Amino acid sequence: MSVLAWVQNSPLTGLLLTLAAYRAALTLSRRYHGHPLANTVLMGAVMVIAVLLLLGMDFQQYMKGAGFIQFLLGPVTVALAIPLYNNLGRLRKSGLPILLAIIAGSAAGVLTAVCAGLLFDMPRSMVLSLAPRSATTPIAMGVAEVLGGIPALAATFVIVTGIIGAICAKPLIQLLRIHDDVVLGVATGVAAHGIGTARVFQLSETAGAFAGLAMGLTGLFTAILAPILVHYLML
Amino acid sequence: MIETFIWLLAYQFMGEVIARSLGWPVPGAVLGMLLLFLTLCARRGVPRALRDNIPRLMTHMSLLFIPAGVGILAFWPMLSAHPLSLPILLVVATLSTFIITALVLQLGLWWQKRRGPA
Repeated sequence: MSVLAWVQNSPLTGLLLTLAAYRAALTLSRRYHGHPLANTVLMGAVMVIAVLLLLGMDFQQYMKGAGFIQFLLGPVTVALAIPLYNNLGRLRKSGLPILLAIIAGSAAGVLTAVCAGLLFDMPRSMVLSLAPRSATTPIAMGVAEVLGGIPALAATFVIVTGIIGAICAKPLIQLLRIHDDVVLGVATGVAAHGIGTARVFQLSETAGAFAGLAMGLTGLFTAILAPILVHYLML
Repeated sequence: MIETFIWLLAYQFMGEVIARSLGWPVPGAVLGMLLLFLTLCARRGVPRALRDNIPRLMTHMSLLFIPAGVGILAFWPMLSAHPLSLPILLVVATLSTFIITALVLQLGLWWQKRRGPA
């Protein structure tokens, strides 16, 4: 086997590449003082894609190594319970408004995407894949399948949505003149699921905790609301 | 560190088993998060294995999404079929979802505050 073939097929490549790209993205993000566009997921992914194209590697070959990193998403999602527990006081005090905002936001997430998709006259399968894009990837894929969309396409929309939300969270909350980490966290978790949660954890632990909660509940409400809303909008 | 991962993986495992056996469309990890949260509430405290290592782990959560971000590469042909309308749609829909959620919550908190301490 040639050296290049080994490099392309070894799990080491994807693993090392992802860690190195993240480390470089972290340095860049710190140099630009956490500027929203210097987003670590976006910059890291762009760097990895560039190297993959250079090495002639496809996504399957990359995931042999990167799959180990993606696997950790599960345990880290479980770990979101801890910052949430540390904010138990605030959760008790503002529980009802938070729940209502998450339900309203989950409905808005489906409605905005479906209405815009119909407005732009997009193919039906694409609109149906767009509907659950605010939910976390596994939920969105399941919902897209139920609706008659394409699960893999839905997963891609979820990621792009997350990156957009992560980039815009801080500027948007400043634009709205809201100085409350709970509002920042809930809105980011609803609009941008885990990628947004990861972003606001860089800003504040409280925001991250509530983003994690909002992410989980948005997934749940999207699974319930999306089929109903889509049924009424698209007949 | 070992104990930390035993806690987290065990709760994810429980979440997966429960979600699958009940046929719920919820990811096991999300259910695991809720189960761990309830456990912490019942224990009235965070065990040491979870208290010490987790904060550092969470600040690097972005790392875990890079593989998914790279996944866009695999669907590039589908995405580039709508080079203008699709990005506009995703930006508008995401920003309006964020704004609607933030405003509803802000309104709810304001309303709760006006009614006085419960």
